[in-house]
Amino acid sequence: MSQIAAALKDDAALRLEEEAPRVVVRNLVRRFDVSKPWLNRVIEGGQKAILTAVSNVSFEIPDRGVYALVGESGSGKSTIGKIAVGLQKPSEGSVEIGGVDLFREKSVRRRRRARAEIQMIFQDPYASLNPRWRVGDIVAEPARSLGKPLEGGPGALLEQVGLSRRDVEKFPHEFSGGQRQRICVARALSSKPKFIVCDEPTSALDVSVQAQVLNLMRDLQTDLGLTYLFISHDLSVVRYMADTIGVLYLGGLVEEAPRDALFARPRHPYTRMLLDAAPRIDAFGREVPPPKGEIPDPINPPTGCAFHPRCPLANDRCKRERPEMRQHGTTRAACHAVEEGRA
Amino acid sequence: MRPSPKAVLQVEDLVVEIPTRRGVLRPVDGVSLSIGAGEVLGVVGESGAGKSMMGSAVIGLFEPPTHIAGGTIRLAGERLDLMTPAQLRAVRGREIGMVFQDPLTSLNPLLRIGDQLTETIRTNLRVSRREAEERALAALIEVGIPGAEDRLRSYPHEFSGGMRQRVVIALALCAEPKLVIADEPTTALDVSVQAQIIALLKRLCRERGTAVMLITHDMGVIAEAADRVAVLYAGRMAEIGPVADVVGKPMHPYTEGLMASTPMATAPGERLAQIPGAMPRLDAIPKGCAFHPRCPVAMAGCVLDPRPTIAECGGRAACWVRAHEQRTEYTA
Repeated sequence: MSQIAAALKDDAALRLEEEAPRVVVRNLVRRFDVSKPWLNRVIEGGQKAILTAVSNVSFEIPDRGVYALVGESGSGKSTIGKIAVGLQKPSEGSVEIGGVDLFREKSVRRRRRARAEIQMIFQDPYASLNPRWRVGDIVAEPARSLGKPLEGGPGALLEQVGLSRRDVEKFPHEFSGGQRQRICVARALSSKPKFIVCDEPTSALDVSVQAQVLNLMRDLQTDLGLTYLFISHDLSVVRYMADTIGVLYLGGLVEEAPRDALFARPRHPYTRMLLDAAPRIDAFGREVPPPKGEIPDPINPPTGCAFHPRCPLANDRCKRERPEMRQHGTTRAACHAVEEGRA
Repeated sequence: MRPSPKAVLQVEDLVVEIPTRRGVLRPVDGVSLSIGAGEVLGVVGESGAGKSMMGSAVIGLFEPPTHIAGGTIRLAGERLDLMTPAQLRAVRGREIGMVFQDPLTSLNPLLRIGDQLTETIRTNLRVSRREAEERALAALIEVGIPGAEDRLRSYPHEFSGGMRQRVVIALALCAEPKLVIADEPTTALDVSVQAQIIALLKRLCRERGTAVMLITHDMGVIAEAADRVAVLYAGRMAEIGPVADVVGKPMHPYTEGLMASTPMATAPGERLAQIPGAMPRLDAIPKGCAFHPRCPVAMAGCVLDPRPTIAECGGRAACWVRAHEQRTEYTA
């Protein structure tokens, strides 16, 4: 009897695990110590300097979902990506992928299995391919090192991303930027991952080539049922790729909304500023006052809401109190003005 | 085109050649354009289109063996292509200001901003040290640097990326040049700062009647900032015209493809239009129209020489097919 109960419980747990969101990021914090060396501090009397690259970020990516993080430089988007794949340790909080926290999971077997399901595509296709390796070896490497079978060999993968089977013998320098990024995509797919972090995958490419790579990445996502964490600074690319978009400012999530809601009705003043500032191709002769100010120093961030020095709606409360993420319809936003109905 | 009296910069049939062991490469091949006072001409193209080479040709910044092999460049009537390096040096900075992509490499890291500005002003204008300093301060205030008086004593590394680019713009404009060449001035900057820099460049040049050649790969920046647009492909001019026409109703199949493949122009959920293939390498530019292997409307004649030129195809786009379509439209 107790055995049956235990089995049922296991079954329920399993089902729960299946239905649970694939990627759960909870209260993620990452700090970097950017102080001068100890001796300099002693002699010059300097203080320790701590840069908070990611502060208290929480979001979830459902299975087969595409979640995009947008933000300007220094917003912490790449740091979150690196933590998600396990390249960097979080200072606080956790990232769970398929129920496994890579940094806390005790079982080696589960950790390995979780890790084998994660891959990453980097921004610069010139720096992320070893120039001395043949493309076939580059593409087969993740499958080999994770001990997974590679059906059809690297040639089949190259065909899947629109290259030729014969390209396995070539070296990376024989390919253009767009083709190299296709090789990076093929390499990411070779270990049959379920979750791929794409860190600015098309920022180094020309527009017409970017279109080819974005189309390919979206086709693969639907065909193979992949989950993407898509990191970009380009709102138009994000609008094309993502289901849900999180907007980062100075390490914190300021707004999160389904794609259409974000573009139709941006709530946070920073999101609005970004949307207004982004150049538009139908905007010739447009005369809008450009946004005020610049991103503040992340080592000494402003008190309260990090955006308040540039915000047109800021008041005393914004200077004192850091706003929490709150639900407003389908949108989550961290803004006192939105909460008080001033926005 | 005859030299027009109003144009600040007039480039005609410009050819730039790089002799190599495997033959002569032409990164710029038969490009003609002009920019009037106070006008912003956007030069767009993807990497390898020859847009930066255009800029370098105008200011005469070539490393040998790259050289101008044909055509003319006139700045306010003066032939720049015939000038000696010494004469060109006098023109650069004085008559032509430059703004490059990376503001950190265009500033001297060892000199205070104020010293760099006064040095540039005194090299180009005959003014006293005192007056140069006053002008430097005025220039910094004009480009919107907060606390300009104190900032004169700062070094480049003490500024943020956007503020540095403002300093570079102040440097480019402090000698009141007739022409400013801005080569990807906002590519290294964040969106919100990019909007500030574009607005600044536009305002200052309009106020002073400076002609601007804005070189970029970003169609959005062009749409925001330019009055007219020239689209380059494989070193040749594919299309030129007012921004609303070229961006809104592109004529050349390449411009059409370029516009359709920007995610901005695509409704969410729709597929991005893509141009098959990639820009040809300089040593393998196809015969006839350079775009024909990737072109959706190419005909048999497009493969053959002579290649289409803008002048022969109705003044807007270098495309036989479109020129033919237009002619039949008129007669119909």
